[in-house]
Amino acid sequence: MGVMKKLMTTIAAAAAFAGSAAHAEDVRIALVVKALGIGFFEAAAKGAEEAAAELGDVEIIYTGPTDTTAEGQIEVINSLIAQGVDAIAISANDPDALVPALKKAMDRGITVISWDSGVAPEGRQMHLNPSSTELIGNTIIKLAADHMPEGGDVAILSASATATNQNAWIEAAKEVLPNYPGVNLVATVYGDDLSDKSYREAQGLMASYPDLKAIIAPTTVGILAASQAVTDAGKIGEINVTGLGLPSEMAGAVESGATISFAIWNPIDLGYAATTLAYNIHKGAATDAGSEIPMGRMGTATLDDTGAAAMSDPFTYDASNIEQFKSIF
Amino acid sequence: MTQLLKSREMILTGAIVVLLGIVATRFPAFIAPSNLLGVFNDTSPLIILAIGQLVVILTKCIDLSVAATLALTGMVSAMLNVAFPDMPVVLILLIAVGLGTVLGAFNGVLVWKLGIPPIVVTLGTMTIYRGIIFLISDGKWVNSHEMSAAFKSVPRFEIGLPMLSWFAIVVVAIFYVAMTRTTLGRAFYAVGGNPHAAVYTGINVGRTQFWAFVFSGALAGLTGFLWVSRYAVAYVDIALGFELDVVAACVIGGIAISGGVGSVGGAVLGALFLGVIKNALPVVNISPFWQMAISGSAIIIAIAVNTRASRTKGRIILKKAEQAA
Repeated sequence: MGVMKKLMTTIAAAAAFAGSAAHAEDVRIALVVKALGIGFFEAAAKGAEEAAAELGDVEIIYTGPTDTTAEGQIEVINSLIAQGVDAIAISANDPDALVPALKKAMDRGITVISWDSGVAPEGRQMHLNPSSTELIGNTIIKLAADHMPEGGDVAILSASATATNQNAWIEAAKEVLPNYPGVNLVATVYGDDLSDKSYREAQGLMASYPDLKAIIAPTTVGILAASQAVTDAGKIGEINVTGLGLPSEMAGAVESGATISFAIWNPIDLGYAATTLAYNIHKGAATDAGSEIPMGRMGTATLDDTGAAAMSDPFTYDASNIEQFKSIF
Repeated sequence: MTQLLKSREMILTGAIVVLLGIVATRFPAFIAPSNLLGVFNDTSPLIILAIGQLVVILTKCIDLSVAATLALTGMVSAMLNVAFPDMPVVLILLIAVGLGTVLGAFNGVLVWKLGIPPIVVTLGTMTIYRGIIFLISDGKWVNSHEMSAAFKSVPRFEIGLPMLSWFAIVVVAIFYVAMTRTTLGRAFYAVGGNPHAAVYTGINVGRTQFWAFVFSGALAGLTGFLWVSRYAVAYVDIALGFELDVVAACVIGGIAISGGVGSVGGAVLGALFLGVIKNALPVVNISPFWQMAISGSAIIIAIAVNTRASRTKGRIILKKAEQAA
């Protein structure tokens, strides 16, 4: 086994030299995903191809293991090192387990960035988050405010009272609330990400606040259950359910009108931005804290102290684009 | 015996009324008849499962796999509906009940033929059934827009009350008669109350326990279909941890975990007690950090009152027996 591994590494190193010589003109960027065959990542690959077409001298290698394991990704990374790619943009199955393999890649001069699901800072040059706490907090309030021009009562239906992500988003949402005059946050309730409890909490909100105009649920279970509760109560049109959800799950609610619009990151934009960033870093863009790296039509990414950056506001989905996205993820 | 049960049920009914009174002081609209019917409708799945659990607990067993059975049959129903949108909903319902029966029978066989303790068997099958959902669904959700309108309309269809409530009422009626008027119904009590005496009267203890698991599985299968069509979503984790609510409903309803004691009425009231708490907490505006503590305390108080009531009665019976001897 040990001998075999050494042999493989030697061959890999040899192949790396051969590879880089053969494809000197094109920048070869590998988009490594958690597993092949997942709609979300197929969409990200579409975005990467879009970036490649825009940049011109880029060849995209879309790859990943067949199941979502760190071991599978390590094999993929090793083979990419062997092929001598110029950059690896990875959505990691494990933040720490991939570090040694990715370090090896960086030692060989390969640009390494992570996106979507990050790698520990020592294993990559930068990480691209789909969004940030502040942007999400603002978006979920804006989604509700956009459809209530005269203002009114809104309530938040979250996951559990101790859910870290949701609590951070709700805090951020409360901070931007003064920017939306007329929007009155009356309650925050918790459905524990259980459909039955979320459904009951939504019913409770409707009973306690007869003038409620919107329920904001920054969790996929909650937004679905609330849409169902509003539908069953016959309050479609009176109460708009919004928040964060997945297009494939929310298609029914958007069709029935219980949800006018909701948000989540756009995988196409994410693949596009990750590719552009990998390209620019490969071409010499600095990755120190505070540096700004252009990402084409998505603007610029500003790195923080840990080398992470946020892409954009979550993307808004409504009746106009749900059909396109519901089959993707 | 009947008097004891009656008083137990009276205490519980009283507790529910007091609970409703307390809720009404904070949110008067809660005790409006339409809202109470809503609470009953919402509690229907719990009632159906509590009756299945009652039968199992009566025979000195416990079924921890009910929520997993519910989730698995629910997922199968949803996937059938997506794969064959034209399949009659009644057929899907029958398949759900049938599948639940098979899953329950699997528990029953392990308890009966291999003599494995029920808590171990059902802890195991609980994980197995959840695992099967993962296998067949690939971890994916079945969503509202993929299900047919007919499938989703079943629990909502109203004949005075929503169908969901009617299912619970029919199950309660059938099991009330079965538990008090049939040989098998009385055998459940005998097996749990005094297994040795049951053997002498010609009752096969293992086979009776097997049937208890079959009923529990069938009811869980029925609930699985109703649950998924009501909430219009199916995924691996639906009703996660719900088996504990079901056992709690039984215990509150005065069903002895040691077997042999309990009634259909007790199970229904126990479920309603929990249902009132679950529906009241969202509207009385209590911090979520307190909610769990409050529902837990309510359960313990209800059980404490119940066991105290039965303990005194027990002593009296013993004294009478001593005097007679």
